[in-house]
Amino acid sequence: MKPKLNASNVVAALMCAALILLPVYSAATGNIFILTLFTRITIFALAAASLNLIMGYGGMMSFGHAAYLGIGGYAVGILAAEGIGSGFIQWPVALVVSALFALLIGSLSLRTRGVYFIMITLAFAQMAYYVASALSRYGGDDGLTVYKRSDFAGLINLSDRTQFYYLCLGCLFGGLYLIWRIVNSRFGLVVQGVRSNEQRMQAIGFHANRYRLVCFVIAGTICGLAGALLANNTDFVSPAVMYWTRSGDLMVMVILGGMGSLFGPVIGAIVYLLLEELLSQFTEFSGLILGPVLLLIVLFARGGIMGLLGRMRRG
Amino acid sequence: MAEPLLRVDNLVRRYGGITATDNLSMEVVPGELHAIIGPNGAGKTTLISQLTGQVMPNSGTIRFAGRDVTSLPSYKRSRLGLARSFQITSLLKDFSAIDNVALAAQAHDGHSFRFWGNARKETRLRDIARTALERVGLGKRADIMVSQLSHGEQRELELAVALATKPQLLLLDEPMAGLGVTESARMVALLKELRKEVTIVLVEHDMEAVFALADRITVLVYGRVIACDVPDAIRRDEEVKRAYLGEQHAVTRHD
Repeated sequence: MKPKLNASNVVAALMCAALILLPVYSAATGNIFILTLFTRITIFALAAASLNLIMGYGGMMSFGHAAYLGIGGYAVGILAAEGIGSGFIQWPVALVVSALFALLIGSLSLRTRGVYFIMITLAFAQMAYYVASALSRYGGDDGLTVYKRSDFAGLINLSDRTQFYYLCLGCLFGGLYLIWRIVNSRFGLVVQGVRSNEQRMQAIGFHANRYRLVCFVIAGTICGLAGALLANNTDFVSPAVMYWTRSGDLMVMVILGGMGSLFGPVIGAIVYLLLEELLSQFTEFSGLILGPVLLLIVLFARGGIMGLLGRMRRG
Repeated sequence: MAEPLLRVDNLVRRYGGITATDNLSMEVVPGELHAIIGPNGAGKTTLISQLTGQVMPNSGTIRFAGRDVTSLPSYKRSRLGLARSFQITSLLKDFSAIDNVALAAQAHDGHSFRFWGNARKETRLRDIARTALERVGLGKRADIMVSQLSHGEQRELELAVALATKPQLLLLDEPMAGLGVTESARMVALLKELRKEVTIVLVEHDMEAVFALADRITVLVYGRVIACDVPDAIRRDEEVKRAYLGEQHAVTRHD
């Protein structure tokens, strides 16, 4: 299938081009703020994209996805605090620990469906939150400052704004490409089939939960990467990144942009974080506006922004 | 008689105070088309669901191809060659017709932990799917979303999905349900073809179709087998007439 020239694909292409060219604009105008803002946006877009893999494609409504942001972040922070500054160690550890955590909560929570699944994933994320709060050696409630960003032996300098932005963007594009390959693969079709009709998939010979679990672990691992990036971006990691409202933010980004659409979470993250940023300049109560926007999207644009664009026909 | 392909012994399934399957025993021999009839609530679908593993029996055993499958989950039974269609159409609605069938073929082609290649471009799976679709007369509708297919087409697709798993035994739960006259006739013609290749257990309300197709008929009433014989003998059986056929005729006379 060749990509069609429709509104959603055009928007996705323009969005990618704009993200690639952003540092050029930032350098030309001297607007550093926009570069830092979009660094944060690309990181959350990656996290939202990983959530979309299980929520949009897999039909697994995880309400604890921010836990991996914290786990990836703490892996970097704790290793840095213990004097291990190499990214070649920090990042693989972040990914592996995230994967193991996903394996643990996935194998328990995937026995349930619907509301119970939501509550169990939420409970596990909150447990991770309280465990992090209790880590007094690593800042406890106050969080942990990362004094030195991950060191990649001179290959890339994470303290350079532009280089770090491109690293985040590279991770985002890499993550999206990986997800795109996965959802069109044999594995991806099985996962989407189970979302559509689990009984049918069992009847034709698939052990549904095995595929769901692997999908859950892949998504957790990708989000762990976003966590490692986030800790480097803020030079800080605290239990707050795992709090349930953060998981809620990720869900909102996915729903806003469009569940089950590859670029939906990216556009969702951009719109959500830009709105949050803009509105915070005018009012303390940005939620008063964000809330109704989300309500309108859910009520009138199922499939989110990408869904809306997809329905637009030429002419 | 040949060694049975499917053998059910003393199967019991209770739902609260109701015994949906009551000490039921039956055999299906290779190559036959074995129909199961009975009035509504006789436990036909409950029986099929126990055979395929969606419902577990309270007691009794199910042997398939010489193997005790009583406690096997449905996906494992499917791998052994036991396929079913559903009374209430159960398909992947947001997938195309060919995706539905190709996934069934994929399920029987090793594990699916393949993350990279585009599954929709695997010509082997697509070919199997296309053949199965053409078999049931849906060759031209391959790329249509299931939700856009007519009810009759969805019933045919159910069959194509089951066929793509290359079953030894095909359990069809009311394939004619809700079909019009022409569609029913097409389905009967199709089943006549299929029975040459695969052993079939057919649950059906359409008596004309059942008597035209079946080698043997098992009659269920209140979860119990009251008769099991060739169609002519079933037609003459007094108990069957009383319990079921008479009732059915009375209904047709009202029409």
